[in-house]
Amino acid sequence: MTPLLTCKDFLKDLNDYLDESLGAELRARIEQHITECPNCWVIADTTRRTIQIYKGMDPYPIPSDVESRLMQALEKKMAAKQR
Amino acid sequence: MPVSSLTGTDEATLVALSRGRDARAYSELVRRYEGKIFRLAQHITQNREDAEDVLQETFMRAYEHLDQFQGASKFYTWIVRIAVNQALMKLRRRKSDKSVSLDETIDTGEDTVVREIAAWDEDPEQRFSREELHGLLDSAVQSLDPLYRSVFVLRDIDDLSTEETAEALGLSVPAVKSRLLRARLQLREKLTRFFKRKGDDAFAYL
Ligand SMILES: [Zn+2]
Repeated sequence: MTPLLTCKDFLKDLNDYLDESLGAELRARIEQHITECPNCWVIADTTRRTIQIYKGMDPYPIPSDVESRLMQALEKKMAAKQR
Repeated sequence: MPVSSLTGTDEATLVALSRGRDARAYSELVRRYEGKIFRLAQHITQNREDAEDVLQETFMRAYEHLDQFQGASKFYTWIVRIAVNQALMKLRRRKSDKSVSLDETIDTGEDTVVREIAAWDEDPEQRFSREELHGLLDSAVQSLDPLYRSVFVLRDIDDLSTEETAEALGLSVPAVKSRLLRARLQLREKLTRFFKRKGDDAFAYL
């Protein structure tokens, strides 16, 4: 039988677990660990939600004054390059 | 050719046209990525004026050096690398702090210690208005070390792969992975202060 995962092992593989890039066997062992270890369950759950919250943030559009200054600067540059 | 006819054009074509000094094609490329570059620059410099400088310098330099862009990577990964370098230069200049660098440092593993564990509410975001939530999420990211911040923004907000993030920041894949883990755990801990279930007290880990 493979030895049980420790909380340290769990933390080490947390990223790959959350990114779903773990092999089936290790994934199963992690899932086993978090059903038995309430602390690690909380860490997995809240870290997953942290990532989801940030991914779900609406991108704030670039302020229009910043964009128009950028475009002006670029137009100058591009016009100079074309000559 | 009207500007609108380029909106659906694929990136490789736009890059090729831009190399031939097609101003409209390049403007279209800029429009696709200016928002992300500006946000990234703000996250790294933590200053709107510096971020605007970084934005302009990035797209100016990219235009000048387009012939150095290898089609093997994504255009966005390439300009991110320029932007990150510009932003770090700004930081160094402003803080006259030589320690600001993305260089690989020795991984002591100390920051992966988890200090606070508390379950969150079902929908903790509901407790805050959109503005409050935005402010809270931003300031949590801003409080991260610049090294972790850059990795987190690229990997989890901009959705770059681990390999692309490594390439953009000039880091190894293991360095990106260990920084991402610390960034995620630190953010989780910061958000826990706001999102934890009422009445649940945090308890120490192990
Ligand atoms: Zn555990």
